[in-house]
Amino acid sequence: MIPAAFEYYRPKDMDGVLSILEEHGDDARVMAGGHSLIPMMKLRMADVPHLIDLQDVGGMSDIELTADSIRIGALVTQADIIDHARLAAAAPILREAALQIADPQVRYMGTIGGNVANGDPGNDMPGLMQCLNASFTVVGADGERDIPAREFYEAAYMTAREDEEVLTTVTIPLPKGGYAYEKQKRKIGDYATAAAAVQIVKDGSNCVSASIAMTNLSDTPIYSEDASAALVGTAVDAAALDAAVAAMLEDIDPTEDNRGPIAFKNHVAGVILRRAITRAWSRA
Amino acid sequence: MPKKMHIKLNVNGKDEEFLAEPRELLIYTLRERLNITGPHIGCETSHCGACTVTIDGKSVKACTIFAAQADGKEVTTIEGIGGPDDLHPLQNAFKEHHGLQCGYCTPGMITRATKLLEENPNPTEEEIRFGMAGNICRCTGYQNIVKSIQAAATEMNAAKEAAE
Ligand SMILES: Cc1cc2nc3c(=O)[nH]c(=O)nc-3n(C[C@H](O)[C@H](O)[C@H](O)COP(=O)(O)OP(=O)(O)OC[C@H]3O[C@@H](n4cnc5c(N)ncnc54)[C@H](O)[C@@H]3O)c2cc1C
Ligand code: FES
Ligand code: FES
Repeated sequence: MIPAAFEYYRPKDMDGVLSILEEHGDDARVMAGGHSLIPMMKLRMADVPHLIDLQDVGGMSDIELTADSIRIGALVTQADIIDHARLAAAAPILREAALQIADPQVRYMGTIGGNVANGDPGNDMPGLMQCLNASFTVVGADGERDIPAREFYEAAYMTAREDEEVLTTVTIPLPKGGYAYEKQKRKIGDYATAAAAVQIVKDGSNCVSASIAMTNLSDTPIYSEDASAALVGTAVDAAALDAAVAAMLEDIDPTEDNRGPIAFKNHVAGVILRRAITRAWSRA
Repeated sequence: MPKKMHIKLNVNGKDEEFLAEPRELLIYTLRERLNITGPHIGCETSHCGACTVTIDGKSVKACTIFAAQADGKEVTTIEGIGGPDDLHPLQNAFKEHHGLQCGYCTPGMITRATKLLEENPNPTEEEIRFGMAGNICRCTGYQNIVKSIQAAATEMNAAKEAAE
């Protein structure tokens, strides 16, 4: 399995990256960890005549925590996220989700920027970022702009990022309350059959805010506003759980594939969301 | 035709320099160019871990990285971990505890396990299974691989204590 030939570049700064992207347009692509892109190139499902390795571009490998937000550089790996104690304390859902991605070898290489920019509905970080209401900073020839995660995904492998833009930073408002990332997969290391990211805030015995996003159940991640709203003002009892699951099922649109038929996916989505809400509530 | 690149690697302590096309995957550099055939090709699709090597302190599947990406880095393969006359405690433990049958997965298993024990010198069974999840074995059923890693950990910890 040998990819088609390409030119390889390893620029030292973002200006270098942007000028190659501008020169070659559609024929150029950036690579971070390469653990989505290289498999696609080997299968010849991705043709990349000009490959730009980001590893030497500085300033994208930091995790910064402030009083109200978290900034994660695009080149931070899943292993970095798992190992960062202060990040795990501030936003434990990130570590819980990262531990459910792939296997140790892949997590050393795979980056948060690559995971959210890729646009594969199977990736776990996009749904998580929608749940957390993150935004992505991208830079291009005309400068920087921020795109909310909830508006970033258009279709499989189609995102609001332009081809000549590079994603540099993921910014997450400091999450509040209980959390859970639940994922059903066929075996360890596999992409999700269904996954749910949930954050819930509790006041007294009632839920005052909730955020729910689902993974690999449509051609984009699904932030379900209605499922989230179904929990607010309730004590997250059986009726509220039923209502949230019913609302989520209205929003997703799974297709049949080697992970199962549509009815099975809907069933698993319900089971996983119930588990995630129950666990997040128990931690709220 | 893209031009060949001048690539430098340090493999098992030895500097290597060569010209290669950018699309050359590290596993082919090791096996076919440098004749280092410990790392195996099992699946070639990033799933089995038979090709696992260590690059600058990280376990990496050598079938999923271009040699060009590793330019300037240190690579360790099973050959750099121990040989027939100086077996690493993990190699010895796999031998003693029947941690291999056909042996195809073993170089990747042991290379990965060296990093696992570096990061967590005293792993539980569950931590071993989770930390070895990127390596597939079609023969052993994993039980004896877990046992071998536990035995090596005990031996390595005892040796460390004795040295202190
Ligand atoms: C065996 C295996 C199992 C896996 N299982 C899972 C799983 O369970 N869940 C999961 O979420 N993922 C999984 N992955 C994918 C893995 O997490 C990838 O590493 C990740 O999706 C992409 O990150 P990367 O840094 O490797 O990106 P790359 O492969 O380098 O890039 C992916 C895409 O994003 C683009 N890109 C990368 N960085 C940027 C940037 N900064 N700006 C703009 N565009 C960019 C690239 O051009 C490319 O199109 C698995 C991979 C393997 C090999
Ligand atoms: S050959 Fe590289 S993971 Fe299987
Ligand atoms: S011993 Fe045969 S594959 Fe592991």
